[in-house]
Amino acid sequence: MTAPMVRCQRLRKSFGRIEVLRGIDLVIERGQVVCVVGPSGSGKSTLLRCLNHLEEPQAGRVYVDGELIGYDERDGRLRPLPDARLRRQRESIGMVFQRFHLFPHRTALENVMEGLVAVKGVGTAEARKRAGDLLDRVGLADRAHHYPAQLSGGQQQRVAIARSLAMSPKLMLFDEPTSALDPELVGEVLEVMKDLAASGMTMVVVTHEMGFAREVGDHLVFMDDGLIIEQGPPREVLAAPRHERTRAFLSKVL
Amino acid sequence: MDRTVDKRDAAAGPAPDGPDLAQPNRISHPLRPGRWLAAGVTALVLVWLGWTIAVNPNLHWDIVVDYQFDRVILEGLWVTIQLTVASMLIGVVLGVAVALMQTSSSRILRTGAMAYVWFFRGTPLLVQLIFWFNIALIFPEIGLGVPFGGPKLVTWETNTLVTGFVAALLGLSINEGAYMSEIVRAGLRAVDPGQQEAAAALGMSRSKIMRRVVLPQAMRIIVPPTGNQFISMLKTTSLVSVIAGADLLTVAQRLYLTNFEVIALLIVASIWYLVLTTVASVGQHHLERRFSRGFGGTVPGTLRGRIGRNLRFTGSAR
Repeated sequence: MTAPMVRCQRLRKSFGRIEVLRGIDLVIERGQVVCVVGPSGSGKSTLLRCLNHLEEPQAGRVYVDGELIGYDERDGRLRPLPDARLRRQRESIGMVFQRFHLFPHRTALENVMEGLVAVKGVGTAEARKRAGDLLDRVGLADRAHHYPAQLSGGQQQRVAIARSLAMSPKLMLFDEPTSALDPELVGEVLEVMKDLAASGMTMVVVTHEMGFAREVGDHLVFMDDGLIIEQGPPREVLAAPRHERTRAFLSKVL
Repeated sequence: MDRTVDKRDAAAGPAPDGPDLAQPNRISHPLRPGRWLAAGVTALVLVWLGWTIAVNPNLHWDIVVDYQFDRVILEGLWVTIQLTVASMLIGVVLGVAVALMQTSSSRILRTGAMAYVWFFRGTPLLVQLIFWFNIALIFPEIGLGVPFGGPKLVTWETNTLVTGFVAALLGLSINEGAYMSEIVRAGLRAVDPGQQEAAAALGMSRSKIMRRVVLPQAMRIIVPPTGNQFISMLKTTSLVSVIAGADLLTVAQRLYLTNFEVIALLIVASIWYLVLTTVASVGQHHLERRFSRGFGGTVPGTLRGRIGRNLRFTGSAR
């Protein structure tokens, strides 16, 4: 029996007095594409950031591939993982940000190479070749030597996806990957994500793109006020939401 | 011409006898008599200044020429260059270290950094220099051993260790470190925190994030004021003349104390300072271009273009 790719148990997180996550239980199977939707401030992004320990939860556990994230648990006590081990966990979890966060002082190719060279210790020549292949995969082979500032938002986000894929992650997190894009650029990014889903990658996608959720998602999670209100197959949840708050939200975005 | 353009022209034209909108606009710029007057006065003052300096018999230009490449002057010049480069290097290293301390999550590190900046920015550099030069009055011996009065392994006479040059280096670099730390801190703060997150999500270690992601971007903010500091340091080194630092100004002073050519030797020194700062400005310009890679053309034009534009007589009337 293998563990699910992601298991969150009773996850809680507050910033000061504001409780952003109020007890999240979530299981994500291997190869699943999970879309997380909900109004802004509902805790979607915070949940995602807890999965690779960019945020430290106050309570609860996150397991990725059966491994407790961020801590060592012994005799019922948690110890923060040594930096090196936390880094190894993050290495295997790719993350794509709303605002891309490409390294502006490096070209597209160098951005994709960065993790290979600086984290995996791959030689420059080999890294350049692999990065070139990845840029080709996201359709940007001809933009390899452009700096991020010379690329459109959609192109930047595709480079960011390639940069994450370079680490050969087992799980990919997408934090509103198309929210900062002009409407006509959304499609090219979703297309790359669709290909990635088809390749069997486990993906957690915080998004407002209900079309993508319906078409590509295996599972839809609706969050509000720090809790998962409703989850299930996207077509069912979108077509016939059971909960009043889900209905209210969907009526505004659909 | 293609048809769509013709159609638009036809639609835009107000009347058959209206202006021909296909032609470039003809704009008659108004005369600006005030600007021409100011330019004339400026040019006159410049010429007069040049003439009066050139022909003034009290300036002893022949002495200036004699001493410009004098061996003693060149030795002082070399000391000034060494002092500037060494103090800046140590100052930058100190500045980066202190700036990193200031961003640390340890309160003790932050307090230490704050105290350093507070003290060395808050007291005059001249006082600090004299203080370092006279450090032997407080600590006659310097030794290696157990602190708080424990046994010593080795000791040295402070006066043999802290020469004029060493005192100058200590004073200048430690003072510079305080200013540089503020410059570096501003640079670090200017880098989007998302950059660190993206690098951390890739699995990069903290030191690599700093070296490969944050500092290269902070450099764009740090380099211009650091160039300023360097240029300022070239001249600040002249302060060490109060502690017998053997720098350019000190040797010029020693010479005029024997031959009484005060003005001529000060001109000799000033010419060298101008040469040094000019060379440093050119270097700064190239560094700025180097570190603005990926950020578009934030450095306006080339240096030669800028100077050329100012020297051209016509074309500036717009």
